[in-house]
Amino acid sequence: MSRIRPEEVREIAVLARLALTDDEIARMTQDLDAILGHVEALRELDTSATEPMTHAVPFECPLRPDVVEPALTVDEALRNAPRREQNFFQVPRIIASATGSSEEG
Amino acid sequence: MAMAISASIDVRGAGIAQLADQVRARKLKARDLTEAYLDRVGRLDPALGAFLLVDAEGARARADDLDRKLASGVDVGPLAGVPIALKDIFVTRGLETTCGSKILRGFIPPYESTASQRLADAGTVMLGKLNMDEFAMGSSNENSSRGPVRNPWSLAHVPGGSSGGSAAAVAASLCAGSLGTDTGGSIRQPAALCGVVGVKPTYGRVSRYGVIAFASSLDHPGPFGRTVDDAAALLEVIAGQDRRDATSVPAPVGQYRQAARAGVTGLRIGVPAEYFGAGMDPEIEAAVRAAIEEFARAGAEIVPVSLPHTKYAIATYYLICTAEAASNLARYDGVRYGYRTPEARSLEELYTRTRGEGFGLEPKRRIMLGTYVLRSGYYDAYYNQSLKARRKVADDFAAAFSRCDAMVTPTSPIPAFKFGEKTADPLQMYLADVMTVAANLAGVPALSQCCGFTGAGLPIGMQVMAPPLAEETMFRVAGAYEARTDWHRRLPADPLGGVA
Repeated sequence: MSRIRPEEVREIAVLARLALTDDEIARMTQDLDAILGHVEALRELDTSATEPMTHAVPFECPLRPDVVEPALTVDEALRNAPRREQNFFQVPRIIASATGSSEEG
Repeated sequence: MAMAISASIDVRGAGIAQLADQVRARKLKARDLTEAYLDRVGRLDPALGAFLLVDAEGARARADDLDRKLASGVDVGPLAGVPIALKDIFVTRGLETTCGSKILRGFIPPYESTASQRLADAGTVMLGKLNMDEFAMGSSNENSSRGPVRNPWSLAHVPGGSSGGSAAAVAASLCAGSLGTDTGGSIRQPAALCGVVGVKPTYGRVSRYGVIAFASSLDHPGPFGRTVDDAAALLEVIAGQDRRDATSVPAPVGQYRQAARAGVTGLRIGVPAEYFGAGMDPEIEAAVRAAIEEFARAGAEIVPVSLPHTKYAIATYYLICTAEAASNLARYDGVRYGYRTPEARSLEELYTRTRGEGFGLEPKRRIMLGTYVLRSGYYDAYYNQSLKARRKVADDFAAAFSRCDAMVTPTSPIPAFKFGEKTADPLQMYLADVMTVAANLAGVPALSQCCGFTGAGLPIGMQVMAPPLAEETMFRVAGAYEARTDWHRRLPADPLGGVA
């Protein structure tokens, strides 16, 4: 019996914001099924008295004075943007326009 | 003529401290040293594929600047003029940084990683950026978007991964040392497969600032050197708390080079039974067992120990690292940097197409698994259970280290394998990380060094692990072994096909 179905893989791809081809969906279904089969072994481990471990070493969040320091300039921050408009990152229109255009502004 | 001088310097197998001493004493020009390495990179790297970017002009300018400063009596640092290179996961101001991925093609970082800045502050010359598995996901360097790296000991074999370029470049003397990152073995395993020394320090010992994130609670930057002394010299410079990484530890940095010469007399060296199980290559088991006998002769006490949750380590590791990766890699969306799909009619399409076209198969697989295990309804069964299993694995280490000062195991159950041999089955590739992932889960320092060769001439790696922050103990063990053996003196033949 398979642990994960192609429909479920498609749902996960939507959550992960990944456009996958049909071939990739088939491949992922097979690979995730094998990996989930292996991690199944963890279920047998009794962890009822164990606290989850989120840091490898004892960790206390350090504090520092709240002082304004030099940061990137706007031009430095935008230098790698694939599309830029003045001082903004440009993206496709988010809200459909009443005049019908969905082109990038 | 500069070229005539540089051609006379044989840098094959040169030691970092010795090179720096000569440069500091002005017996050797940083520029000539840099030219000698650039010459090797130019002739030999086409056959190896270790470099993604060679910054020859930047390196020459940097070396000339160091020479001018040295001539006017300025102390340029303990690693004066030493040519190094960086895994392309370390961001470098003004130099393209891609993490081996199409999705970051063309990214010119506006800032510098702490580890690479500290190397520069110590006087090193940065030659270029090294090839790697995409987003540090892989054990063979076959997952790079820019083509594979070849193992200098055999061009038909993989160099290991994900820091395959970092290991191969040091093994082939294309740089004197390098940096890599280790999330589940990505420094130690390629070090083992290429016959060099690779160090994963304690979690937080080296700052992650400017290291492109894969799995933040498991990512460890660290050095590669041809010898224990080389790796120790690099770690002394890059280690230490950094205010830009809140998880970096405030503990003082040790004297690792000195520790490596202290010997192992009276040390208790643990041998965990679970690391000598079925599925191990018999030549590797024999070589590591012979090394353990060498430690006994050197005055160490050999102690059998147990790490009973070892069999859960791979599952635990792949649940945690994929969950963290799915979260960390959410930032690649085509808006602020890197690749952007040419055709998107909506913001949703911009995200999904950019990511679908920009990521390779392995990052996609891990983003998918991570999204699955974090999904509402599965969170407790998978992710939370893996965090609890992680504590059990870490508790094993604490218990074992109450009985010994360090542990010695193989680094990888198999030597370098051939290209394509394991790519079809990702689970089999994951299972080969069985001896390295636990040290990442527990955060303990671990290194790999060469302890022999297979009959086919491929290097065999031995892993040395120590308690958290006990890097000096780890270096004592590694240094004592190296002082009593000569595996580290063997060098691979330069690949044929280089221009004479």
